[in-house]
Amino acid sequence: MTDTLNPPVVAPAPPTTEPLLLKRPKNPTGVLSWLTTIDHKRIGILYGATSLIFFLLGGLEALLIRVQLAQPNGTIIPAGLYNELFTMHGTTMIFLVVMPLSAAFFNYMVPLQIGARDVAFPRLNAFSYWTFLFGGLFIYSSFLLGGAPNGGWFGYAPNTSVTFNPGHNIDFWIFGLQILGIASTVGAVNFVTTILNLRAPGMTLFRMPIFTWMSLVANFLLLFAMPIITIALFLLMFDRNFGSHFFDPSAGGNALLWQHLFWLFGHPEVYILILPAMGMVSEIIPTFARKPLFGYRVMVISGIAIGFMGWGVWVHHMFATGLGPVAISAFSLSTMFIAVPTGVKIFNWLGTLHGGSLRLTTPMLFAIGFIAMFTIGGLSGVTHAVSPHDRQQTDTYYVVAHFHYVLFGGSLFGIMGALYYWWPKVFGRFLNDKVGKWHFWTWFIGFNMTFGPMHLLGLQGMPRRVYRYDEGMGWDLWNMVSTIGSFVIAVSVLIFISNVVNSARRPVFASADPWDGRSLEWSIPSPTPHYNFAEVPIVHSEDDFWHRKYTEDASGRLVRIEGVEQPPAVVDKLPEHHEDPPGIHLPSPSYFPLVASFGLPVMAYGMVYGRDAGQNYVIAALGGLITLVGLFAWAMEPSVEPEDPEDAAANGHGDGHDGPPALVAATSDGEVVEDDGERIPRELLKGSTEEEGS
Amino acid sequence: MTAVAHEEHDAHAGAAGHGGHGHVTNTGLSNEKLAMWAFLGSECLLFGALISTYFLYRGRSQVGPYPDDVFDIPYTSVSSFVLLMSSLTMVLALAAIQRGDERRLRVWLVATALLGASFIAGQVYEFTSFIREGLTLKTNLFGSSFFVLTGFHGVHVTLGIIMLLSLWTLSLRGKLGQEKSEVVEIAGLYWHFVDVVWIVIFTVIYLIPTPSGPGG
Repeated sequence: MTDTLNPPVVAPAPPTTEPLLLKRPKNPTGVLSWLTTIDHKRIGILYGATSLIFFLLGGLEALLIRVQLAQPNGTIIPAGLYNELFTMHGTTMIFLVVMPLSAAFFNYMVPLQIGARDVAFPRLNAFSYWTFLFGGLFIYSSFLLGGAPNGGWFGYAPNTSVTFNPGHNIDFWIFGLQILGIASTVGAVNFVTTILNLRAPGMTLFRMPIFTWMSLVANFLLLFAMPIITIALFLLMFDRNFGSHFFDPSAGGNALLWQHLFWLFGHPEVYILILPAMGMVSEIIPTFARKPLFGYRVMVISGIAIGFMGWGVWVHHMFATGLGPVAISAFSLSTMFIAVPTGVKIFNWLGTLHGGSLRLTTPMLFAIGFIAMFTIGGLSGVTHAVSPHDRQQTDTYYVVAHFHYVLFGGSLFGIMGALYYWWPKVFGRFLNDKVGKWHFWTWFIGFNMTFGPMHLLGLQGMPRRVYRYDEGMGWDLWNMVSTIGSFVIAVSVLIFISNVVNSARRPVFASADPWDGRSLEWSIPSPTPHYNFAEVPIVHSEDDFWHRKYTEDASGRLVRIEGVEQPPAVVDKLPEHHEDPPGIHLPSPSYFPLVASFGLPVMAYGMVYGRDAGQNYVIAALGGLITLVGLFAWAMEPSVEPEDPEDAAANGHGDGHDGPPALVAATSDGEVVEDDGERIPRELLKGSTEEEGS
Repeated sequence: MTAVAHEEHDAHAGAAGHGGHGHVTNTGLSNEKLAMWAFLGSECLLFGALISTYFLYRGRSQVGPYPDDVFDIPYTSVSSFVLLMSSLTMVLALAAIQRGDERRLRVWLVATALLGASFIAGQVYEFTSFIREGLTLKTNLFGSSFFVLTGFHGVHVTLGIIMLLSLWTLSLRGKLGQEKSEVVEIAGLYWHFVDVVWIVIFTVIYLIPTPSGPGG
């Protein structure tokens, strides 16, 4: 994907003859420059490209499921493979698609929106990406190694214990999610720090763009939700690998423990998936309505409220487990209450649209589609707060319909809109609007055809996770409609791919501010130069960039301020190589994030196969050692290389362990994160008056 | 060129103290310290989930040995005291580097690491004696939840010891001067956190009386 979008990727890589752990990459080009990059923009692109490829895989799994269910007594897919497909579809779409796609936008957009030159810890950021990639590849390697995870994305224990599921399927799931959890946690630490600490002068919290705000809330949720599933997975691992009894009812273990831990993670996770998309839509709508976001502060506060309340509703996933009337009543109430801040957001989007001069571009269509579809998903969610109704619908297709309206109709609509919206900023060229509209309408129709009927199927009692159903249940028609709809979505995705390919082959170049945008990312050239801002902006208000462009005349009409030039667009070349303007020293590329993350899948394979090898965990220990060595070398490597490469070579300081004392970081163990990327102090940057790079 | 690097470096050291530029647009904490606080927040939930699991399974074991059969509370109290004292030496280490006394810094870093190591040694001894008395991870719910919770904490202490010894090595090589005192402070945050968590774990596991036997 990236290949077609961004020529630098396909440029031939010079063979690296230097020993891996010794020399620091200096001005790398081609593939090597991507392997060692610590630039938040490139990492954002890597996140986006990787997760779109996983999106195709997850989509393929969904199509296979729908083909099997198109008619009663489907014979295409056997029961075991069907279990693997729905497990991997869910796991993929949540952990390998929506979360990392959101992370792609955190990476690329958050520093631009707050007026920073990078994230707080650039190397840690690269580590997050590689860890995510290895985690995804690790889980997917299970298809080739004897069977993919098959216990559902929620992996209910004791169904996933070694007694009932002795193969390696679940082991791949456990360790794959652990690796992905490390990526998310580390990323969350990084983004929380970035947003709280790296804002440009004048960018107070309540002047931050709404997408940045929602990213902040989502990253706080990640920070606190991921450790819970980490522990749940740890306990399951101990049960499976070392014979403990956490989820073993025959030894007195409580089968509900897993469900509590999982959903205490799982429900905040839902908001981790939707809040960034809400932020994206909240950027798109004001831009194309040419109005400020209606009730900006209320929007922020309701986002925070959702973040807090998201911790108090998890039991509504467990209404059918017999927890008793008190628990069920309490969680019914909290589930109804959380609809309030969500509803506030919906009305504020409508308020923003109301009276605006709307431009129905592709991103705007996706944003409006988001509001409509998310409202339907939200309403069917409220029906689950009614516990008798919920009990009726538990484990039926009604639930499947509900969460697809929220995650597909919500998150993915928002993300697609954001891709069209920010594409010109990232690649300096537009995605075609006409093709985009075809994409939107096929996407919209296919989505509703696929998931709308599932409400009816669920109300008619069709259970989830069954690989076939009998004739004469009254489910035939809607299953067929749903399957046809899923192929309409597939066509829609093909249209999107063709749009991407064409934008690479026959580019229509974009100016710096093609949509007449409101936030700081539109104030710099497209595609973004390596150093983002030649001069660190000073922020005076919300929507600061808008107010630099427009003012109001005496009668309150919008007037463009004379003499404000569009920032120059860099259209003739992509920012492959970056000579930084004098006075700007960005952190240098590094191998070690890649090395440190590479140890993690090694450790994971060692754990999976160590169970067979008579509890022989040598390989796992080796993986741990690789990670530890990578982290040590990383800690000893200065974040910013001295300016002159020859100077550095003379000091012999490519050597990870004998680097110069400058910026030596603290620690070494796998958990401590304080030791990364120093920021360039702004005092130094003020001296820089360069307009732009190269 | 080196002058530039030097200048940057000094600016960093400065930024750590006063948070750099403009009070309203950052927290006033350095990135590293803020990240450590965020990470420790995440750790709270990690231990919270484990401690909750232990609580859930208190008194639910169907076969022995039960807690009362194996615990030697005076012994564990002493090793807990050792761990808590290591927080004191950690503070002394930080005070030393803040005054620029690198020799005492090293003394207190090593003292902290040694106290931590004594705690770990005590834990290893405790684990082996429990195993000799027939309590393993596989024996019952008490064994499962006890070993995983305390073991998890032990791994944290061990990582902390590695961290302290790394700092000690840096200091020996003259790379941990007064201007880097924040590095020690951040390592100290982690160390104190691990100590505080132990107070909770010790209370939950050893001090709150556990009903013995099935269904108790």
